[in-house]
Amino acid sequence: MLVRKSPGIRYSEVTSKSAYLNRRRFLATLPLAGAAFFTPRSSAAAKLAAVKGPFSSDEKPTPFQDVASYNNFYEFGTGKDEPSQKAGSLKTSPWSIAVEGAVAKPKVFDLDAVMKMAPLEERIYRHRCVEAWSIVVPWIGFSLSTLIKAVEPTAKAKFVAFQSLYDPKQMPSARYAGIAFPYVEGLRMDEAMHPLALLCFGMYGQVLPNQDGAPVRLVVPWKYGFKSIKSIVKIKFVDKEPPTTWNLANAREYGFYSNVNPTVDHPRWSQASERRLGEFGKRKTLMFNGYGDHVASLYAGMDLRKNY
Amino acid sequence: MHWKRLLTRRWLKIPVFLLCLAPVLLLVWKYFQQSLGANPVEFITHATGDWTLRFLAITLAVSPLRRLLGLPELIRFRRMLGLFAFFYGCLHFTTYLWLDKFFDFGEIAKDVWKRPFITAGFVGFITMAPLALTSTAGWIRRLGGRRWQMLHRLIYLSAIAGVVHYYWLVKSDVRKPLFYGSIVLLLLAERGVGKFAKHRVSLATGHSSVR
Repeated sequence: MLVRKSPGIRYSEVTSKSAYLNRRRFLATLPLAGAAFFTPRSSAAAKLAAVKGPFSSDEKPTPFQDVASYNNFYEFGTGKDEPSQKAGSLKTSPWSIAVEGAVAKPKVFDLDAVMKMAPLEERIYRHRCVEAWSIVVPWIGFSLSTLIKAVEPTAKAKFVAFQSLYDPKQMPSARYAGIAFPYVEGLRMDEAMHPLALLCFGMYGQVLPNQDGAPVRLVVPWKYGFKSIKSIVKIKFVDKEPPTTWNLANAREYGFYSNVNPTVDHPRWSQASERRLGEFGKRKTLMFNGYGDHVASLYAGMDLRKNY
Repeated sequence: MHWKRLLTRRWLKIPVFLLCLAPVLLLVWKYFQQSLGANPVEFITHATGDWTLRFLAITLAVSPLRRLLGLPELIRFRRMLGLFAFFYGCLHFTTYLWLDKFFDFGEIAKDVWKRPFITAGFVGFITMAPLALTSTAGWIRRLGGRRWQMLHRLIYLSAIAGVVHYYWLVKSDVRKPLFYGSIVLLLLAERGVGKFAKHRVSLATGHSSVR
């Protein structure tokens, strides 16, 4: 049998890794081109460079288009697909964050100034929604503690209160949401200072899409997603537990802590398992969303059944 | 009137049947197009649930429409519409049973017992079953028209339970459940008003029945 010898492929013909990756990135954006019909302006996202950060999961990130098209952002409608269609009206620049309350150095920061406080890191976190679905996202940002340290909280600062932008003109759907705006959230001081708590500006190598909380949000991966407040305009240090939006809407169902906890069910559904977007079956939900080694000590001695 | 006679045509049931089937065909098509969104199971659950409620409302609308439009012929389609409500209810229930709970019957029993919104949905579904079962002419004969009709008033319960199920499910935006709720309420109220008016007329005229 005649076996023809291959003429050989010169190394210069081999597709370089960067070109190969670029091509994959290009292909990944193709479905978005079709979706551009429904997603005004959001596809031309600016790149955001970041170094590899700590705490990253080695799980496969959820496809970008899922994370950018399946959102809870009630200011832009209560349907999962609504924020990606309607958040184009959100004006993210200029943007400032007022940091005030029990701090030595209160200040209204320009977003750019905040982003320069520390090197931007990419951290791949699990994100578990209270509605029993989950995603894995390569966020970009740095620990919230960096900003907190910069304003020097006083001894009176026991909790941190966060507030989202609320502008009915940019958010015409908000009045149908059935919850009060502006959206407010809060953390205990030690939770806010925990290095896992991320002040986030981007995801998947680019700035946050509007529907994912542009231009700056919180990511608290051991808590249910609604604690990770979006589009932050105000951070206030206070001495009492601050009101939080979903707790105000329904205190029995949404507690202040809202740590991911498979043993404490939501009154209307089980929290024992979750559906990872893109997967057929369901996964067991992990205590503290799998971040127990890092954060369980914050709650030592607390009854997590009571403090849900 | 020609179009009234159209309502009595045998073949008309075929396009109506296909129309009723369209929502599930659309789902299947979307599945193969991979356009069910980031959470296909949720999409299917919501779509089949929506269509169950819609068909319950459409079925409940048949009698009022017959009266209001003077189209008694519409009765021909009521059984089919009701069976489609049950069909979409079955799909909805199967989605829950299979794609949400993966046939974990212990978990399901706990759900039905512990979670009022599941209980309501389950009641709505279960009460549809005997109606589907006794939807044939044979069963009408066996039960007798009066008893059959009494039994089939269970659809009022199905529809109310369906709306409550939906209302208790949503987190805060109750517009859609309220929309379905007001339609069902309107359709049930029309029956009450119709009965009341009939009763008054019969009292006034001394006739036991008024056409």
